[in-house]
Amino acid sequence: MSFRHKHIIALRDLNKEEIELLISTAESMREINERDIKKVPTLRGKTIINLFYESSTRTRTSFELAAKRLSADTINISPSTSSATKGETLADTALNLLAMKPDIIIMRHAVSGSHYFLANKVSCSLINAGDGAHEHPSQGLLDMLTMKDRFGRLDGLKVAIVGDITHSRVARSNIQGLTKLGSSVFVAGPPTMVPPGVERLGNVTVCTTMKEAIQDADVVMMLRIQQERQGKTLMPNTREYSRYFGLNPVNLKLAKPGAMVMHPGPINRGVEMSSYVVDGDQSHILRQVENGVAVRMAMLYHVSGGGSVE
Amino acid sequence: MAASETVILDQSGIGRALTRIAHEILERNKGVEDLALVGIRSGGDFLAARLQNQIREIEKVSVPLGAVDITMYRDDLAARGNLPVGKTDIPFPLDGKRVVLVDDVLYTGRTIRAAMDALIDLGRPRCIQLAVLIDRGHRELPIRADYVGRNVPTSQEEDVKVRFDDAHQPVEVRLVKP
Repeated sequence: MSFRHKHIIALRDLNKEEIELLISTAESMREINERDIKKVPTLRGKTIINLFYESSTRTRTSFELAAKRLSADTINISPSTSSATKGETLADTALNLLAMKPDIIIMRHAVSGSHYFLANKVSCSLINAGDGAHEHPSQGLLDMLTMKDRFGRLDGLKVAIVGDITHSRVARSNIQGLTKLGSSVFVAGPPTMVPPGVERLGNVTVCTTMKEAIQDADVVMMLRIQQERQGKTLMPNTREYSRYFGLNPVNLKLAKPGAMVMHPGPINRGVEMSSYVVDGDQSHILRQVENGVAVRMAMLYHVSGGGSVE
Repeated sequence: MAASETVILDQSGIGRALTRIAHEILERNKGVEDLALVGIRSGGDFLAARLQNQIREIEKVSVPLGAVDITMYRDDLAARGNLPVGKTDIPFPLDGKRVVLVDDVLYTGRTIRAAMDALIDLGRPRCIQLAVLIDRGHRELPIRADYVGRNVPTSQEEDVKVRFDDAHQPVEVRLVKP
């Protein structure tokens, strides 16, 4: 099995075998992160540009560490220090960066689908680190790896995703990946935050209450309320939101005993999750971050294969 | 055109070669002190496990056994496309060990170069020795084996395949002519 894609933009574009390959490669990469010398020479001489038009700590650091552990050279560009503030268009920025001969550009952008727009214009590989409300493939993969660690499989799991589904690229990538690998996804959120037609993405059930979604779930994934992406009118206030769609030790009991609690971060403590749950035994949030580096190493490795197929 | 295949070493032949290699390893290292076996995935790890068994039969001691995956250390990533990455699993400290690297077929020497780089990233062995079941020649690097099961002169068009059964035991070695 070989990976045939030059870019990784969305889990929607990958089939089941390709997603499984990325996850199993990440499982092997984890061993490197446990060594004293956390570096292998695989991508020596490759240049990787982190182009982040939206703020990020976890994802950017994680991609940068992943690149460095594979011996690639990385540079970070963020909008506040780039020519975007001087009015340069995305395409021009990309073409200028391209003139410096990078091998991979890792980009986060607020506009959904901006990677597809650029993919035709660049000769290097492009990895999506989050585009608007579309997809966040590395997060979807690391979430699936974390679930696989706990259950040994993804097939047949009940995964509840609760929160602002409409604005969540994390939810979309998870839905795309999980349904391809045989999990059932149940989504719940305020009606203003559940996109119409989400059930058409695959094995997805829309629930009107949080209780319905997390009942007997193997995994409860909570999403952040993305106040920067939504208007002010989607919910009355965070306290009311928390009351109906917040995870606390009481409603967590509805899920299966020992169910996993996940969150892509950053967490608004007391809004979507109570601190008791965030810091509780069932929380796998830091494990998700740990797996993030290995997953991103696997992504960088597989897009660097030169595109040849044996 | 169908490729012609000849069996150049059968199951009992492989067994005898490995028994001899086990004795040679013990003789050269004067016993099992600080000895460790590291197989190169995939193939060498199965042979290393066999050697561990044979050394146990002779010396009644289990020497540490590890496996190294060299995919991340290859020098031909772009040319080969992306191969699946296996796990490196060395459950003992390498520092000060006399490590015997084990592989099935020694050819260009590039795999061994990669495996040595991988080992050195994990620790500082006292020395590294090399045991192979088949040496087929055509080295591209200054590398030679300390223990060889069988020297097989080949042409570069030919291929040498070591077949393992489901229990990871070597069954036979075939020479495949194009």
